[in-house]
Amino acid sequence: MHKHRSSFWTGHAVGRAVLGFVGVIAFVAIWKLAQSTGWAKAGTIPDPFLLPQTLVEEWRAERLLPAVMSSLVHYVWGLSLGTLLGFLVGAVAASSRWADALHAWLARILRPIPPLAWVVFAIAWFKVSHAGAAFVIAIGVFWVNYFATWSAVRNVDPKYYELARAFGQQGVLNQAVNVTLPASAPGILAGMRTGIGQAWMTLIAAELLGVPGMGQEMNAAAGVGAYEAVVIYMLVISLVYTLSDTLFARFEKRVLQWRPS
Amino acid sequence: MAPILTIKDLSFHYGDNSSPVFEKLNLEIDKGEFVAVVGGSGVGKSTLLKCVADLAHSSGGTITLDIPERRSTRRRATVFQDGRLLPWKRLRHNIGYGLKGLELTAEERESRIDEVLVLTRLQELADRWPHQLSGGQVQRAGIARALAVHPDLLLMDEPFSAVDAITRQHLQDELLNIWQKTGAAVMFITHDIEEAVYLADRVVVLSGSPAHVTHDQRIDLPRPRGRNEENLQQLAHDIAQEL
Repeated sequence: MHKHRSSFWTGHAVGRAVLGFVGVIAFVAIWKLAQSTGWAKAGTIPDPFLLPQTLVEEWRAERLLPAVMSSLVHYVWGLSLGTLLGFLVGAVAASSRWADALHAWLARILRPIPPLAWVVFAIAWFKVSHAGAAFVIAIGVFWVNYFATWSAVRNVDPKYYELARAFGQQGVLNQAVNVTLPASAPGILAGMRTGIGQAWMTLIAAELLGVPGMGQEMNAAAGVGAYEAVVIYMLVISLVYTLSDTLFARFEKRVLQWRPS
Repeated sequence: MAPILTIKDLSFHYGDNSSPVFEKLNLEIDKGEFVAVVGGSGVGKSTLLKCVADLAHSSGGTITLDIPERRSTRRRATVFQDGRLLPWKRLRHNIGYGLKGLELTAEERESRIDEVLVLTRLQELADRWPHQLSGGQVQRAGIARALAVHPDLLLMDEPFSAVDAITRQHLQDELLNIWQKTGAAVMFITHDIEEAVYLADRVVVLSGSPAHVTHDQRIDLPRPRGRNEENLQQLAHDIAQEL
């Protein structure tokens, strides 16, 4: 295998930061060039130089913050419910032969349905409301967590249950707390982290049905050709996702501190 | 002296049709006695130990433990070949794992843990995670966890087979030291005949198909024993002939 020698630019933190910054600048420069030279058809591409100004406008018009807060409501509810239910159903199905057999076909039928297909029923059941958006988000998150939990619990090494028996620790609750949960925690937490990303992806689409939030603001801005505003919402989505993912990664690291790093 | 463990006509087979792993197996272990069980691989040594530990169910015969049930101790405790610490518990909590459910106050529990930490020379490492321990330390922790429940019978399943030769010798000497202090009987599974002869009061040979006890050799050599003693080497050689 060819081994690359790392220089200041590729090996050192400062060097890498500078290169990363250069990459972003280059991207914006090409974008600006495409927009100003008319290479991209006028009115189809936002002007990157107008973005700071648009950000201030969106903020001053009191559109940005309410939209972010509204989206967060959908996000937190949908994510929490989907995660909790996915974890519970996955854990029960993996621990009980009866539950596993009972739900196996049902899961196989329902799982391939894209969360967005449920928008129809979200509107029928919850009207155009926060609950409807949260419902659609929860469905996507549910499957991610259900499957991650199910396989993590299934894959707990039986030797740990043998150990529990050898030392008189047979109680169901005792084994769940001292063996099953910690042993499957890496897989369960990885699923939760995937769910955090999955929830964002369905969030915007779920809001396109008209519930207030960033998705709706994007839709409205696009309708009047305000593409700069669309980009602002895209960037805010990216920022909020990065924040929540970083926070969760810290939590995960703390919970799994027993693992060799 | 009355045996604390009596195995009578024990047989074991997987499923219904397969031929038995062992059959009509008889073995007694006295109070405080150190018995090594040797035999080739696949002869059912570990399965025998699991039957005694109640981790596997025999197909026939009886296992009788003549040990009173007490509320603050367990009658038997197992040391596994792989150490088998729970990776998500610090060493101290791994060692206290078997104490839950015994009638002990919090202070008694802590002092049990401290006692076996000292006995196995692990005091300094009590707050470490298992992945921060060496192979030898993991095995000592496995022994400490078993000793913490004050067992009358210690079941050891090839506990030193996965560590390097020098560590193994240290662990063997430490085990003898601990055994003499605790007075527990030991059933020690190994495929290493020299190890068996060096450690045990009696060496029991399992062989045949289905396996049974083909040889039961008392080792009357005085302790401490020298590893290179001629008598010891001779006994090991004789037992090897039986395999």
